[in-house]
Amino acid sequence: MAAPKSFQDLILTLQSYWAGQGCAILQPYDMEVGAGTLHPATVLRALGPKEWRAAYVQPSRRPADGRYGENPNRLGHYYQFQVILKPNPTDLQDLYLESLYAIGIDPMLHDIRFVEDDWENPTVGAWGLGWEVWCDGMEVSQYTYFQQVGGLDVRPVSGELTYGLERLAMYVFGVDNVYDLPFNAPDSEAPLSYGDVFLENERQQSAFNFEHANVEMLHTWFEGCETQSIDLRAAGLPLPAYDYALKASHVFNLIDARGAISPTERQAFIGRVRDLARGAALLWAEQQEEDHG
Amino acid sequence: MPDLLLELFSEEIPARMQKAAGEQLTSKLGDALKAAGLTFESIEGVYGPRRLAAHVVGLPERSADVHEERKGPKVGAPDKAVEGFLRGAGLKSLDEAETRSDPKKGEFYVAIVETKGRATSEIAADAVSEIVRSFAWPKSMRSGMGDLRWVRPLQRIACLFDGTVVPFDIDGVKSGNETEGHRVMGRGPFTVSGWDDYKSQLEGEGHVRLDAADRRALIKRDAEKLCADVGLEMVEDEGLLTEVTGLAEWPVVIMGDMDPDFLTLPPEVIRLSMRTHQKYFAVRDPKSGGLAPRFITVANIEATDGGVTIAAGNAKVLSARLSDARFFWDNDRSRPLGSFIPKLANVEFKKELGSMADKTERIALLAVQIAKRGGFDVDQSGVGAKLCKADLVSEMVYEFPELQGAMGRYYVLAEAGLDPLDPSSVVDEDKAKTRSYSADAAVGVANAIRDHYKPQGPSDSVPDAGPSIAVALADKLDTLTGFWAINEKPTGSKDPFALRRAALGVVRIILENKLRFSLGDLIADAAEAGFAQLLSSGRAGVAEWDSGGASPSMTLRSATAEDDALDTMMINGAWVVGRGFEQEFVDEDAIESEGVPFIRPVSVYGRDLLAFFADRLKQVLRDRGERHDLIDAVFALGEDDLMLVVSRVEALGAFLDSEDGANLMAGYKRAANILKAEEKKDGVTYSGAVDAALLEETAERDLHTAIGKAADAATRALSEEKFEDAMAALAGLRAPVDAFFEQVTVNADDVDVRRNRLLILAAIRDALHRVADVSKIEG
Repeated sequence: MAAPKSFQDLILTLQSYWAGQGCAILQPYDMEVGAGTLHPATVLRALGPKEWRAAYVQPSRRPADGRYGENPNRLGHYYQFQVILKPNPTDLQDLYLESLYAIGIDPMLHDIRFVEDDWENPTVGAWGLGWEVWCDGMEVSQYTYFQQVGGLDVRPVSGELTYGLERLAMYVFGVDNVYDLPFNAPDSEAPLSYGDVFLENERQQSAFNFEHANVEMLHTWFEGCETQSIDLRAAGLPLPAYDYALKASHVFNLIDARGAISPTERQAFIGRVRDLARGAALLWAEQQEEDHG
Repeated sequence: MPDLLLELFSEEIPARMQKAAGEQLTSKLGDALKAAGLTFESIEGVYGPRRLAAHVVGLPERSADVHEERKGPKVGAPDKAVEGFLRGAGLKSLDEAETRSDPKKGEFYVAIVETKGRATSEIAADAVSEIVRSFAWPKSMRSGMGDLRWVRPLQRIACLFDGTVVPFDIDGVKSGNETEGHRVMGRGPFTVSGWDDYKSQLEGEGHVRLDAADRRALIKRDAEKLCADVGLEMVEDEGLLTEVTGLAEWPVVIMGDMDPDFLTLPPEVIRLSMRTHQKYFAVRDPKSGGLAPRFITVANIEATDGGVTIAAGNAKVLSARLSDARFFWDNDRSRPLGSFIPKLANVEFKKELGSMADKTERIALLAVQIAKRGGFDVDQSGVGAKLCKADLVSEMVYEFPELQGAMGRYYVLAEAGLDPLDPSSVVDEDKAKTRSYSADAAVGVANAIRDHYKPQGPSDSVPDAGPSIAVALADKLDTLTGFWAINEKPTGSKDPFALRRAALGVVRIILENKLRFSLGDLIADAAEAGFAQLLSSGRAGVAEWDSGGASPSMTLRSATAEDDALDTMMINGAWVVGRGFEQEFVDEDAIESEGVPFIRPVSVYGRDLLAFFADRLKQVLRDRGERHDLIDAVFALGEDDLMLVVSRVEALGAFLDSEDGANLMAGYKRAANILKAEEKKDGVTYSGAVDAALLEETAERDLHTAIGKAADAATRALSEEKFEDAMAALAGLRAPVDAFFEQVTVNADDVDVRRNRLLILAAIRDALHRVADVSKIEG
C-alpha cells in the first residue's frame, strides 16, 4: 500500500493494517468521551477472560482544551486511533512499528523511541505500564500493557495503542498548523483541509464550552445521569450504566471548562464519576466471569 | 576454565531503572552460585535499554562432592534419639551408620553423608530461574496470558555454560543461544557461542553498544565535539546524560537548530523545556555566556540521510514546546504579579495552617518585623514577602514547578518596565515613568522573590541582600513555627516537609551574614504574625477556660477585636491556645469534636523549637570542626544569639587548648567535685558571699581577691562581647586556684571556716559559668 497522502488516508491505512492483524474494525462510540480508551470496546473488553482484538477511530472531546480555532496545535475536539489486542501478542512492539512504517515513517530516516510512561485513568480505576512512543522527539503514540481496570487485575493482559491522529498526520505530512492538514486527497476534485471541515466547529464549540454552557442546567443533568447510572446498575445492566457514567463525566467536563467549581467541589465531582464508572465496570466484569465459567 | 553467559532480553526498560537492575542481576547471580558451592574468578555485567547481561568467568564444571561425618548418639541410646539421628542424616536404618568408639564417650554411631557435586549448568539453571522470578523491579507487570512479573515483557533468554545452552523455561520463555541486535540497524535473532562472540557480534553487526559507561562517554565526547566545531559549548547536565545513555543502544549525537527568536525567553525556561519535555542538552556561547540557538539530541540510529530529518523533526517539536512557553511568558507578564495572589487561596499550604494566601499574609507581617530588627529595607521586604508565592499560580510555574521564584522575579522586573533578562536597562518607558518606586527597589523585591527559597541544599548559597534575607527567614520561620504549633515535627528519617533543611537554612543565613538576632525573638515574632493573620482573616474563635471549681470547663465563642491576639482563639479552622493557660485546662477532645485541629501556643513549643535550631547549629559547627560538648556548654546558658554562641564556642575552644585553660579546667573540676560531694552530704547548695573575716590562710585570701577581680573583668568583657578577654581574665585564676588546693584544707574542723571555703569553691564555679556551663565539657 502506498504511503497515505491525507488525513483520511492515514486513518484508512491504519484501519486496513490492523484489520490485517485480525482486529474487528469498529466505529466510534456514539457518546461524548475525553479519550478513545473510554470506548467500551477498550475499557470494558479489557476485563474478563475472553480474547478480543479491535481497532477504531474515536472522536474525543476535551472542552477545556478548546482554543476557538486559534491555536495551531490544540483542539477541543480531535481524533484518536485506538487498538486493543487481548491477550497482547508477544510481537506487539513489532506489529506497532510495522503500522508506523505503513503510514510512511521510514525507520532508517527517523528516530523511534520507547520512553517510559505509565498510563493511568483513576476515573475507571485503570492503569498499566508502557511508553510514550517518540518519533524524532515527538510523542506519536501511547503504548500500554493494561494491568488493572475497575481496580481489578486483568487477566489476560491487553496491549493498548493510542495514536494521536492529528499530531501524527501533521508530522507525516510536514504541516505546522493542524487546520492546514489535507483532509482528503489534495489532488481530488474537491480538496478539503482539516480547517474546511472543523475550524468553524472549533470556534463555535469553544464559545459554547467557555461562554454559553448553562451551568445550572448542567448540574441538573449531572444529577440525572448519576441517578440513571446507579439505577441501571441495580437493574443488572452494566453497559447502559457505563454509558450514563460517560455522560456524567462529559457533563462534569463542561461544568469544569466554565471554571464554575472550586477545587474541593472538583474533587467531589471526580469522585462521583469514578464511583459510577467503576461500579459499571465491576458489574460488567462479574457478568463476564459468570458467562465464561 | 569454562564461563557462563546470561542475557535477559526484554522490551524497553525505563532508563532510570537500568543501572540498579544490572547491579542486582550480577550480585544475585554471584551470590546464588557461591551459595551452591561454586567458586569463580570474576563476574561482570552490562545493562542497557533492552537487555541485562552477566558474564561469570572461571567456573568449574561442577560443584565439588562433599564428604561429611555426622556424630550420632551412643550405642544403646533411647529409640527417640536414634530416630532423630537417622532422620537428620537421611538414613533408613542403623545398618547404614558406622560405629566408632572413643575413650570418653564409648561406642557411638556416625553417619557418613556423601553429597554429590552438581553440574554447574544445572546449578545455573536453578539460580537464574529463581533470580528472574524474584527480581525486584520498582514497578513490574504481567504480559499476555503469563504470570511472570518483569519490568516490560521478557522476550528472550540466552544462557550458555561453556558454549552449551543451559536449559530452562521461565513462564514460557525458553533459554537458548540467541540474541537480537539493534531494533532497526541490527535485527536478529542470531546465535552466539559465548561471551566474546556475544560481545563482538552485538557490538559489530548487531549495532549495540553494550557498556553503559562506553555509551555515556561516547555521547559526551561527540556532543562536546559537535559544539566545539561551531565554537559553542554544551551545557553540562549529568542527570540528563545518564538518562539519555539509557535511551539508546546505538547513540548518535545530533545537533539541531532553534529559532533564535526564542532567545528572548528566560534561559531557565529554554533549558527546562529542552530537558523535561525533549531530553535535549542546551548549548551555550562561551563568548557571551548566554544560550546559543542550538540543541543537542541523542538519537538511536545512524540515519541514512546523516540525521538531517531527525534534526529537523526535533527542531519542529522544540519550536512547538517553546511557542507554548512563550505563550505562558507573555500571558503571565500581561498582568501585575500581585493579581495572582487571590488565586493562592486555592493552593493548600497545610490543612491545619491554611492556604498559600494565608501563609503569604503571615510572611509579609513577619518579614517587616525581621527587616526592622535587622535594619533592612522595610518596604522591599514587605512587598517581596507579599509577592513571593504569587508565581506559584502563574502559567509558567504550573508548567515548570522548578521555576518558582525565578519567574516571580522576572515578572516583577517586567512590571517595573525593566528588561527581565537584564534589569539594568529599561525596556518599557511608560511603565518606568509611571511607577511609584525606584528601579533599585524593583530589583530588591525581585531578588527577594527569587532568593527566598535559598538555601535549597548544603551546596546552595544563602541570600545576602537585606530584603532577600528578611523574606527567606520569614518563610522558613513561618513554616517551622506553624509545624511546631500543630505538633508535626520530623521523626527519625521522616521529614516530608523538609523542616530540618528549613531550620538549617535559618542558621546558615544568620551565621553567613553575621546577623545579630535573638532566635527566641524571631520565633515569637513568627508566632505573633501567625496569630495576627488568623485574627485579621475574620475566622477567629476563642476558647475560654474556667479553671475555678472542681473541674475546669471550656467554652468556645467567636473572637472579637478586644481579644488579646496572644491569648486564646480559634481562627482559620484551628484552635489557638494562648499563654496564661496551663495545658491541663485545655479540653482537646472538645476542640477536636468541633472538627478543627489543635494549635499549640508558642509558650509550649518555643523551647523545643529552639533546641531544634541548636541541633542544626551543632551540625554546622561540627562541620567546621568545633567540639559538640563546647556547644552544649554555651547553649546551656540560654544564649540564643547564634553569632554570640559561635564566638563563645570559638573563644572557649581556644582557651581550653591553652595550658592555663586546661589547668584551670582541672582546678574547676576539682572544685566542682568537692562541692558536689559536700553539697550532697550537707543537703545544701553552697552559694553566696564569702566572709573575708574568716579567711585564714594567705592562699585563700589571694584566691578570694583574684576571683573578685577576675569575675568583674570577665563580666565587663562579656558585656562588650569580648569573649577572649573574658577567658583571659579567668585564665589568671589558674595560679591562685592551684595554690589554694596545695595549701588549704577545705574540710576544716571549724564549721564556719569550712563553709566559707566551700563558698570560695562555689565562687570559682560561678565565675566560670559566666562564660559557659563548663560542667558539660568532657575530658
